[in-house]
Amino acid sequence: MTRTGILQFISFFIYVVAQALLLKNVVLFNIGFCFVYVAFILLLPIETSALILMGLGFTIGFVIDIFYNSLGLHALTMVFIAYLRNYWLGAITPQGGYDLGAVPNLKSNGLQWFLVYTMPLVFVHHLTLFLIESAGFMLFWYSMLKTITSLLFTMTIIVVLQYLVPQQSRT
Amino acid sequence: MERLLNFVYAYRAFFTFLLLEIFCTWLIIQNNQYQSTKYFNSSNRLIAKMNQTSQNIREYFSLADINKTLAEENSSLRTKLDQREQALQFLQLNQVKDSTLFIRFDFVSAKVVNNTTKYYKNFITINRGADAGLEPGMAAISSGCAVGKVKSVSNHFAVLISLLNLDEQVSCIIKRSGHFGTIQWDGTNPSVVDLKYIPRHAQPVVGDSIVTSGYNAVFPSGIFIGKINAFKLNNEAPFYEIKVELGLDFSKLAFVDVIKSRLKNERDSIERVTIGEPK
Repeated sequence: MTRTGILQFISFFIYVVAQALLLKNVVLFNIGFCFVYVAFILLLPIETSALILMGLGFTIGFVIDIFYNSLGLHALTMVFIAYLRNYWLGAITPQGGYDLGAVPNLKSNGLQWFLVYTMPLVFVHHLTLFLIESAGFMLFWYSMLKTITSLLFTMTIIVVLQYLVPQQSRT
Repeated sequence: MERLLNFVYAYRAFFTFLLLEIFCTWLIIQNNQYQSTKYFNSSNRLIAKMNQTSQNIREYFSLADINKTLAEENSSLRTKLDQREQALQFLQLNQVKDSTLFIRFDFVSAKVVNNTTKYYKNFITINRGADAGLEPGMAAISSGCAVGKVKSVSNHFAVLISLLNLDEQVSCIIKRSGHFGTIQWDGTNPSVVDLKYIPRHAQPVVGDSIVTSGYNAVFPSGIFIGKINAFKLNNEAPFYEIKVELGLDFSKLAFVDVIKSRLKNERDSIERVTIGEPK
């Protein structure tokens, strides 16, 4: 296993522990949730194949589900995000393309690009999560409100972490 | 055949995606089925232990509150016991006629290990499980108020479906008038639940007590749920829309009592013989 592989392996556990023991209890005004573990899939190297992404997405979602007593819910949304990720990365390729072995983080492409990359994916993740959890569209607008407040909360944490934790721009 | 395999291989990402999503959907549907003994939830030993540690740390900060609630409950129970004794002596009824009926409920006290109130489907993990005689389908109360029912048990832990769960329904009555309906949470405010199926001719009043009816054999009758907060009767609607303020603050839950009903099997079997298998 390469050095980055080991780092990713450790970060997997850090994301799970932080999410399940800490962030699960942090809810703003009853409607703002923080699902920072989404960043685990978003920050994997650009060339990671869709199969590996979906496998990892399923694994982390499944583990989070065990803590949340919502078997299948987080796994489903994470697989969805993992599938969309590479298509979205392809759609927003900056001029000149990505460097070989680059990581899609703030350091490699700047804040503006990073927001364009993460915001829609996190939004889709939260929206599907809340809609599936409420089992339908009966609570649609309330779910939308939850989605937007949670989006702001999660994005703040993800961006702050980008500045706080030293990032490598390539593997 | 080869072309088919080539096709599947070319679109392997998409097919894996479909497969995983179908699997997850199956998991979600399985998990929504009422009452089950499952391995992959927070009654899992390792997960519950981790949650317990984290709860122990959190609880440290609210010890004073918890102490106060427990002491208040103790004193109110003691007052009630004393009054009951007095009444029994006065009426000379202190001889038990049917001891089976008299001891039909057994209470197991358990500590809350993990609790959520802010999702659409909330669950509570407690630190008692199969070794204390818990089974799926038992009711849990706290300070005399309804909390939820046991969904799944492991050896040392159990997961309760909280009243604050879109899937949970509890049969109840308006204590003053005796009309019965169903309590279900609407998924938004964690201190208010909906009371459904109260017919037009009933006359609810703000402040009416709502208690469990005892019709579904999970909760004993007369367990307090909450008080009517507001109600509305739309033209042509067959039922009232009633909001009930819960008598219990679920976010501060620290201890629950699980009710073991000794006569549940007997009751279930006679109902099964007469009415048939429950759907």
